[in-house]
Amino acid sequence: MAVRSAVRELDPTKQHRDWHAVRSLADKLTTPLHPDDYLRYVNPLWTSREFRGRIESVVRETEDAATLVIRPGWGWRFDHQAGQYVGIGVPVEGRYQWRSYSLTSTPRRRGRRITITIRAMPEGLLSDHLINGLEPGTIVRLAAPAGDFVLPDPPPAKILFLVGGSGITPVMAMLKTLTRRAGQHWPLPDVTLVYSSPTPDRMIFRERLEQLAAEHEAVTFHPVFTDEAGMFTLDRLDEAVPDWRDRQTWACGPGPMLDAATEHWEAAGLPDALHLERFSLEVGDDVGEGGTVSFRDSHKEAEAEPGTTVLEAGESAGVGMPFGCRMGICHTCTLTLVSGSVTDVRNGDRYDQPNEQIQTCVTVPNGDCTVAI
Amino acid sequence: MAIADVKEYTHLSAEQVEELGAKLDAVRARVEASRNAADAAYIHRMIKLQRGLAFGARVAMLAGSYAPKERKLFRRGAMVTGSAMLGAAKILENMEIGHNVMHGQWDWMNDPEIHSSTWEWDTAQPAEQWKHSHNYVHHQFTNVLGFDNDIGYGILRMAREQKWSPVNLGQPVYNALLATLFQWGVALHDLDIERIRKLEKDPKEMKRQLRQILRKGRNQVLKDYVVYPALSGPGWKQTLQANVVSNLTRNVWSYVIIFCGHFPDGALHFTEEEVEDETRAEWYLRQMLGSANFEGGRALHIASGSLGYQIEHHLFPDLPSNRYPEISVDVKRLCAEYGIPYTIGPLYKQYGQALRTITLLSLPNSWTDHASEKYGDQAVPTAEVADRRRRSDSERPHRRSELGGWSRAGARAEA
Repeated sequence: MAVRSAVRELDPTKQHRDWHAVRSLADKLTTPLHPDDYLRYVNPLWTSREFRGRIESVVRETEDAATLVIRPGWGWRFDHQAGQYVGIGVPVEGRYQWRSYSLTSTPRRRGRRITITIRAMPEGLLSDHLINGLEPGTIVRLAAPAGDFVLPDPPPAKILFLVGGSGITPVMAMLKTLTRRAGQHWPLPDVTLVYSSPTPDRMIFRERLEQLAAEHEAVTFHPVFTDEAGMFTLDRLDEAVPDWRDRQTWACGPGPMLDAATEHWEAAGLPDALHLERFSLEVGDDVGEGGTVSFRDSHKEAEAEPGTTVLEAGESAGVGMPFGCRMGICHTCTLTLVSGSVTDVRNGDRYDQPNEQIQTCVTVPNGDCTVAI
Repeated sequence: MAIADVKEYTHLSAEQVEELGAKLDAVRARVEASRNAADAAYIHRMIKLQRGLAFGARVAMLAGSYAPKERKLFRRGAMVTGSAMLGAAKILENMEIGHNVMHGQWDWMNDPEIHSSTWEWDTAQPAEQWKHSHNYVHHQFTNVLGFDNDIGYGILRMAREQKWSPVNLGQPVYNALLATLFQWGVALHDLDIERIRKLEKDPKEMKRQLRQILRKGRNQVLKDYVVYPALSGPGWKQTLQANVVSNLTRNVWSYVIIFCGHFPDGALHFTEEEVEDETRAEWYLRQMLGSANFEGGRALHIASGSLGYQIEHHLFPDLPSNRYPEISVDVKRLCAEYGIPYTIGPLYKQYGQALRTITLLSLPNSWTDHASEKYGDQAVPTAEVADRRRRSDSERPHRRSELGGWSRAGARAEA
């Protein structure tokens, strides 16, 4: 996980080192606050205390989806990997609501913009607010890019993208990056995209994908319109992409689709060739001791392996766990630890006082513990 | 013995006490459900005002420092204005913002920058130690002798039940020192010097805490007494003086407000027997009986961190402070309904009573008239005078969950 302060210290450029020195001098004037705590009143983007961004424009993609063009404030590195997601927090009735969305822009500094593409979910008040209620100029909170749904560098020679609905967003960033960077160090891989959507109108990025396929011989685009053609079940894969077994596959879409894909690839004896999007922090599996997590008020329990966060344990047990950014920024997931001990995966801090507040998305149990939910 | 034996509400049956508790729970639930954008705007406004004051103060002092020598009046005016603004900024930051943010009053906003786990305040005590000594030790064990270290802060004898010693004769002097050096008194509070003296303190924990205090205190001293005076060049002396005055103003003001919370007449002390097997409703009752409010306009309440609503604050320490006036209407009504005293008076009177207690209790009990303070014309409780030593965390019950966010590991005092 990209912890910001760590990133700052590792920053190799001299310019950044000098800047850091100036800032730490200025810190002496504003302690215990940071200079940024004052500067943000001059320009809300002039702070790197927490990432911020300004909504530059909201571009409609389909009837129910839109792309937010965001200008990040100080400290943003523009060095995400295609396929990663960011957290975005917007105030709703005084309370920041956080969600994570895949970046659809390619990683590069030029332009100083990032984009995320959001589909309004039925009943999803926040996603609806994000695409219909955000005026350009609105200041939002951002969380650093994270996620391991990324392509290796160099990419494999043959790739299959298996996409359902708004799962296209990380894949779009990958496709853009592949086509942009091809020819520099490696040729454009042989890419096939199988992309299901109910109707052509609801298919996000349809025109851009058609254009990409037309421009690049190596890119094959298989749109599937499920209202006419029915669900794209994986027994049709042999017909659509006969050589799928030779490809590294990245799949992103609704849960049932991913479950089916996991089964299908396992049945073919190729579990390592399939890469899935998981909205979660990269936690090493050697952090914490694992143990039984008890959820006091819901009378449920879950076994957590080392490296499994309290939040993941709760979700696996079917507890309605609150969550937001899933990377320790937003505090939406904070719960009270009734007993036991947990470790913060970001810094190794142990929390073992009874009734301590813990951020469930970034803490792993050390032995058995109980949380109040 | 349980708290239900304290005479102020022996007239209440156990059922009535639980009923009162349920009604207070309902008040909490109502406020929690109605927190909204206007509340968020309030704390943002306070923070903006505080930052503006702090920035303006530094600019005014620098302007005063570099103004030509012959413009005496301007130089003086700028320094006085700067000092007053800085004092106001520190008071606002420590009281209405820092104290309340660290209670978790604004955690509901999910704003990582205004959150109890990350806030560091403009005073020498590291936030983490404050959250332990205040949110836990003081708020959970409010006014329980031997458990609540805020009864006299280990320096003053504030209850007749505390054993007198000749050292107490110096109380008026210690009190004056505490008022002027309040920031540093608070900084050392969680260290628990009494336990260190008795060699009961874990040396590792003591070292850790001391390091934190030294780091934070050093930065605070450097800022106000070295860096800004140095930047003031020819006016370094005036800037230094102005900063001393600002810190002193904040110290004395916060001392006065804090002494009005639990030391005026009518705010009762409790013994450990009284809190045995205490229910949540009884905890509410103890907060109401042990706290005192003072009257004032909106500006006074903001300047005192809403601690004029001490009773409401102790009932609901983690509800947003701008809601206390509204909550007080319900609390007053419930107090009247159940015949429980709601201690309130003007600020000068509340502080005057605290001062009288400090002075009177510097003398042995037998030399002074019991009925003159604390209990008015009521009979004095018969609790034994005992040498009530301070308890360590291992001897205290676990923290109650309604006391707001508190975490030992979550906050770092590196700033």
